[in-house]
Amino acid sequence: MLTSQPKSKLGAIPMARPATHLKFPLPLDPTRVRADFPILAVRNSHGRPLVYLDSAATSLKPASVIEAVNGYNREYSANIHRGIYEIAQRAAAAYEGARGSVANLLGAKADEVVFVRNATEAINLVAYSWGRHYLKEGDLIVLTEMEHHANLVPWQVLAAEKGLRLEFVPLLDGRLDQEVFANLLAQEPKLVAFTHVSNMLGTINPVGRMTAAAHSAGARVLIDGAQAVPHMSVDVIAIGADFYVFSGHKALGPTGSGVLWGRREILEAMPPFLTGGEMIKEVSLRTSTYADVPGKFEAGTPDIAAAIGLGAAARYLMALDMCAVRAHEQALTNYALGALVQEVPGIEIYGPGNGARGGVISFNLPGIHPHDVAEVLDRSGVAVRAGHHCAMPLHAKLGLAASARASFGVYSTRQDVDALIAGLREVQRIFKA
Amino acid sequence: MDDLYRDYILEHYRRPHNAGTLEHPSVSYEGFNPLCGDRINMMLEIADGTIADVAFVGSGCAISQASASLLTDEIKGKTVEQVAALRPDDVLDLLGVEISPARLKCALLSLDTVSRALEQAEH
Repeated sequence: MLTSQPKSKLGAIPMARPATHLKFPLPLDPTRVRADFPILAVRNSHGRPLVYLDSAATSLKPASVIEAVNGYNREYSANIHRGIYEIAQRAAAAYEGARGSVANLLGAKADEVVFVRNATEAINLVAYSWGRHYLKEGDLIVLTEMEHHANLVPWQVLAAEKGLRLEFVPLLDGRLDQEVFANLLAQEPKLVAFTHVSNMLGTINPVGRMTAAAHSAGARVLIDGAQAVPHMSVDVIAIGADFYVFSGHKALGPTGSGVLWGRREILEAMPPFLTGGEMIKEVSLRTSTYADVPGKFEAGTPDIAAAIGLGAAARYLMALDMCAVRAHEQALTNYALGALVQEVPGIEIYGPGNGARGGVISFNLPGIHPHDVAEVLDRSGVAVRAGHHCAMPLHAKLGLAASARASFGVYSTRQDVDALIAGLREVQRIFKA
Repeated sequence: MDDLYRDYILEHYRRPHNAGTLEHPSVSYEGFNPLCGDRINMMLEIADGTIADVAFVGSGCAISQASASLLTDEIKGKTVEQVAALRPDDVLDLLGVEISPARLKCALLSLDTVSRALEQAEH
């Protein structure tokens, strides 16, 4: 069990221990991990325990995160960066401590971490602030066919407004076609934006190599890490990107927490996004000067409780060790892929045939709509996603109206996979497929 | 165990009534549920203010397709006024199984599509 922080007089949150990557991290102990997630002890209306296989949509929250949020609301719910009284200082220390913990998780510096609501807001921030300022008519943005809508729509809107061109790296056997990517880079795009891990296919993209190639072509690089940060060791400096975004609520944190990481000199040169309180240095009636980064991008009172909760989530993940988390989820994914094919006749599984793959398995049972699959699974307490997973262009590319998706988190086990398989066989029995 | 997937619902899903196309529809309308990708292309032949014939081509979940099958049976031969007066509860009664809030859109896509087809026929 991970404990909550010791309290000094101000209740200052100690910086998380650095993201040390042991050569041989202790393997993750599922029983111990599951005991940290109170929701796993809750029974549904049929009296069944939760088999949660929708972590790609949002993660469950460990007790330390719930406690961090409750602790703020119960003991020191003051605004930050303003009051000189004790609980205000305590709130500011906890908020900035959370920023430090997130920075440690990403291998970054704290002042390059901007708190936002989610990955969607982070990408919008970059599109409206950086994109609107630096891009001009005719400029090219390179995206991919496997993007979540969050990494498509903001660029579509910006392209329509500024007359930009959009090009897309196509799929080749469930992966990005690197040859086409190289050809697109030859057209000298100003920005390349792509996902670290596909939220439908589970594909893990070679982000370091793609970033280096994009930089050689003179492009800025934004990476959507929503499906990577909770599941593997991510070092933004090693990857070398200019912007890296993720959603806190998919990474064991509360909803309302998300992160934009950006290289300091780029963030400093960008105009602000939202403006108003908190993000200023000095204001007169007609002009203002802005706060230094990251404060410049955090206008108004932020979701303080959510940020503090995300800090606790980052410390929880680091204590588990991200290499151990990845090893656990990789083994589980391999087990699930093998067992599903073997035990569920006719199942169609999407994604790359081999190689690096995250804990996301999208599938269909022929002749049965995924909504019906999800509905029957729900009765045995198994929660999966059914639909297009905010990736309609990708489904269209694969010729699918929808798919069902099982996705894993640190608390997922083989028993969850076995419950999924039993549920899918029940679906097939009911539909006599 | 399953109340939702009763045999008659699955029967309507597997072998929907009025599936297919009409040669000379008075109006046709394609309804789409973006949430789950259910699609229903509804064709109506209207003569003397009555639904003389109806057919649909659809794809989607069992609930959306069974609902279209049951609703098309229901409206055939009825007057346009009678059909326009149909309410969501009427369709849920036709289905006769409990529909959770998450599946209401699936269950009601057929009625929504018929209503929009009738609106189009008026213009």
